[in-house]
Amino acid sequence: MSERLVVRKTYKLFVGGAFPRSESGRSYVVTSAKGDFLANAARASRKDARDAVAAARKAFPGWSGATAYNRGQILYRVAEMLEGRRAQFVAEVVQADGVAAKKAGELVDAAIDRLVWYAGWSDKIGAVLGSANPVAGPYFNLSSPEPTGVVAVLAPPMGPLLGLVSVIAPVIVTGNTCVVVASERAPLPSITLAEVLATSDLPGGVVNILTGHQAEIAPWLAGHMDVNAIDLTGATPELAVTCEESAAENLKRVLRPPAGPVDWLVDPGTERMAAFLETKTVWHPIGT
Amino acid sequence: MFEYAPAPESRDIVDIRPSYGLFINGEWVEPQGEERHKTINPATEEVLAEIGWASETDVDRAVQAARKAFTTWSALPGAERAKYIFRIARIIQERSRELAVLESLDNGKPIRESRDVDLPLVAAHFFYYAGWADKLAYAGLGVDPRPLGVAGQVIPWNFPLLMLAWKIAPALACGNTVVLKPAETTPLTALAFAEICRQADLPPGVVNIVTGAGATGAALVAHPGVDKVAFTGSTEVGRQIARTLAGTRKKLTLELGGKAANIVFEDAALDQAVEGIVNGIFFNQGHVCCAGSRLLVQESIAGDLLEALKRRLATLRLGDPLDKNTDIGAINSAAQLAKIRELSAAGESEGAERWSPPCPLPDRGFWFPPTVFTGVAQSHRIAREEIFGPVLSVLTFRTPAEAVEKANNTPYGLSAGVWTEKGSLMLWTASRLRAGVVWSNTFNRFDPASPFGGYKESGYGREGGRHGLEAYLDWNHR
Amino acid sequence: MVSTLTTPFAEVATSNASLRAFLHGLPGVDRVGADARAAMLATRSIKTTAKGQAIDLAIGMVDLTTLEGADTPGKVRAMCAKAVRPDPADPSVPSAAAVCVYPDLVATAVQAVEGSGVKVASVATAFPSGRSSLEVKVAETALAVAAGASEIDMVIDRGAFLAGDYLKVFEEIAAVKAACGRAGGAQRENGAGGAQGEQAAHLKVILETGELATYDNVRRASWLAMIAGGDFIKTSTGKVSPAATLPVTLIMLEAVRDFARRTGRKIGVKPAGGIRTTKDAIKYLVLVNETAGPDWLDPDLFRLGASSLLNDLLMQRQKMATGRYAGPDYFTLD
Repeated sequence: MSERLVVRKTYKLFVGGAFPRSESGRSYVVTSAKGDFLANAARASRKDARDAVAAARKAFPGWSGATAYNRGQILYRVAEMLEGRRAQFVAEVVQADGVAAKKAGELVDAAIDRLVWYAGWSDKIGAVLGSANPVAGPYFNLSSPEPTGVVAVLAPPMGPLLGLVSVIAPVIVTGNTCVVVASERAPLPSITLAEVLATSDLPGGVVNILTGHQAEIAPWLAGHMDVNAIDLTGATPELAVTCEESAAENLKRVLRPPAGPVDWLVDPGTERMAAFLETKTVWHPIGT
Repeated sequence: MFEYAPAPESRDIVDIRPSYGLFINGEWVEPQGEERHKTINPATEEVLAEIGWASETDVDRAVQAARKAFTTWSALPGAERAKYIFRIARIIQERSRELAVLESLDNGKPIRESRDVDLPLVAAHFFYYAGWADKLAYAGLGVDPRPLGVAGQVIPWNFPLLMLAWKIAPALACGNTVVLKPAETTPLTALAFAEICRQADLPPGVVNIVTGAGATGAALVAHPGVDKVAFTGSTEVGRQIARTLAGTRKKLTLELGGKAANIVFEDAALDQAVEGIVNGIFFNQGHVCCAGSRLLVQESIAGDLLEALKRRLATLRLGDPLDKNTDIGAINSAAQLAKIRELSAAGESEGAERWSPPCPLPDRGFWFPPTVFTGVAQSHRIAREEIFGPVLSVLTFRTPAEAVEKANNTPYGLSAGVWTEKGSLMLWTASRLRAGVVWSNTFNRFDPASPFGGYKESGYGREGGRHGLEAYLDWNHR
Repeated sequence: MVSTLTTPFAEVATSNASLRAFLHGLPGVDRVGADARAAMLATRSIKTTAKGQAIDLAIGMVDLTTLEGADTPGKVRAMCAKAVRPDPADPSVPSAAAVCVYPDLVATAVQAVEGSGVKVASVATAFPSGRSSLEVKVAETALAVAAGASEIDMVIDRGAFLAGDYLKVFEEIAAVKAACGRAGGAQRENGAGGAQGEQAAHLKVILETGELATYDNVRRASWLAMIAGGDFIKTSTGKVSPAATLPVTLIMLEAVRDFARRTGRKIGVKPAGGIRTTKDAIKYLVLVNETAGPDWLDPDLFRLGASSLLNDLLMQRQKMATGRYAGPDYFTLD
């Protein structure tokens, strides 16, 4: 009896809620940690990056205007969907990182838990980062965090799922939309995650995922005048400098790459959310 | 007619030295370079003093002094740092009249503003942050927030002493030491502040003042011994600084330009809206990054509002900044005046209608009359570029959605104004404006407890309030 | 009665609903903003020649007032003498604008100021509370006019105003206005501007702003008084605290300014109560100058209801003339 041939998945991009191929028609070979062929992933071009930014911008008013409760519900829904596909992600993490299945399971579990953690932040971060300010005059004065806008995210090379979730969730939970450049080495879990996102009530365009060469795509995002912030977590030191310089053109908020290796398992704190929030202060007189 | 007789504030109270050096490590030192520049009174073009400009070597000396002082200053208990800062606040109050006159002389702003706005806010800012110095663990920035080190601070000429306070007070409270460069046209109050540091017995090197122009500032922000850079000024320079700092670990906050929309809905309290418009764009000669330079008025009341506004502008009193009845003082420099003139000329040539009240200008000094452009389109330069002068561009809108769309249609995002008596419309509008400060039914109010700073190309980071501490602390370490 | 009036905006007074719609359609007033504007204008520094000019202007705008239960003819005559010649030692001091008394003392006052140009104002309409019937108010007005008062300071029915019965307030003002013009006030004093001979007594409408609670109400009451035919709007009776304040006067000055723009008719403003010092008086003049405009710097359009203010103005005037600080013993206490 011959073995059944597996139906493979075509790994495409995730833009505006759809799964297009790269407009360039290019792909690149993705291998497992052991070096085995896994897939021909789409190799996004600058034009794909441009389209992804447009999709993210289009999604911004709706997503940032949604209630925090609603955003929290959707992030929790993502966690639910992820849990349902746990086995698939474990397998992908094993392939990508070459870790044992048990370790991969822990990492997937941590990614699910991280989503649940961030989901709960949606309607609390305003209370933690905002303030009622006692000004010396008859004015009501309130500061509240607001999402920065469209955020470009260079996902970390390691931690194909946990690292990825840990950079996406803090950006979107507060109402930002994003364009993520996936780990160049291990992009496949990001596209599988996109399948989860696409079925989790997350509006199209809130998260857009590009696979390909970070060094090729990132500078276009860093220089894009309609991108408000950039997370350089996954950038090499050289790429980080180039991107930070380009980001200055429209004064993007820049989250620099971490000084050393990151342990994605530790409590991330509020830093990543705070990095992509603006503080708006509203004054109003108090009088009869 | 009831003519107000001249009521000049006496300038005898200030004692300006013929020349100033740099304030480094608690001492006045001569700059190593030969460059000396005159600072003038923009209302008369009279020379006030000669100022030494710091070279790269001088900046290095100042940074070294600050580095050295950092060790002991940062180790001081917060409560002790607080007392130094409280002392500074008190001395500022004691000397506020002198400092107000000095500010008006060097900057050209009316004494009424330096006396009633700038100086009270300067003292309040030091008081506010003094109180934080021993409470940093409660600021929501981790249990063990630590100072960053040496802060290199570059400030503009529009609110010289107030911007110094916004920079130095939180830096010191958080345990950092400071090298500050005041603007080249307005160094005098920063130099007076150096004396205040001495009166307060502030340890040498905790505050260093280096005077100079762009090159001095560039040397300061690029200095490898600086851990934190804070800049207030033009978006163009802000961009350069952001580029310079790329690839470093220096923390950066920028407070840059603006082109704020001041939105007046048809149900606004009209008389107060008129005052808000006037205060929004003619306060400090319009030399305000958050100035309400674009008036967006609902078409249904545009005629009435403009009539009321023009009538009000005719009562503005332009002239001697030291006269206590002056509303509009001098433009800070010849260069700034040229820029205002150039953009105003562009407004006319692009087809907007220019209007100023009858307003004789003094013969000497730098002056520009309060000016209103009507019939302005979003595409006109005067609706897009920061003029930083007493020039208002008036646009109209029909619906709240259109007002918000026009207000946000700019690369800037520092401030905005909303005028309506309807609370829900105010909050709807405020929540949609992409701006760091939204003044509803008021404009250009400031308070040390209230965070200030912009969205988009107006910069990043906040000054004031609990939020203002974040820029001066390392709180992410785990 | 309403339909016979030819005052501007008479058409809005056809019903309480239309009055309400009109008054509530006026732009709102933001208290904090209005306070801030008044406070800013209060920082104006009026010195030397300007101060001298302001003091004489203020003296000429004073409605020298006594409104006590203990008022007597003797007290009123003494006050009238002071109004006519505030400083006996200095004839260059202008006379006050008017004296203001209760209706029963009008005749005494008219006699005392005769020929001086100083006008006699009488409070009326169940001053200060206004709590009486329209018949009584009209009758009291007619009596005061008949006794020779050339100015009537009436109070509005604040209760009716706060209850939203604007039409009642309007009709009372209109009725009192009609009573001011009724022939029979034979010995009426005609002031400097009274070349036309027999003319109606000027009606000052006291809003009693201290009881109106909000600046929006001050604006509405100002307009109500103006469209009902008032010649002046006045802040206070002096019997309620707070009496005149700078921001309330600012709002009233804005109202007369806007009314003039829409009708061409200039209505006067009179802050009354609590204005005691020269410094205070000058702040009001600055407010007038920069709000309604210089046209209103005229006793026909601006008055200061006060009593002790006059002596402070005189002391300051003397200080300016002599360079020495003055003392109260050198000024009469009438």
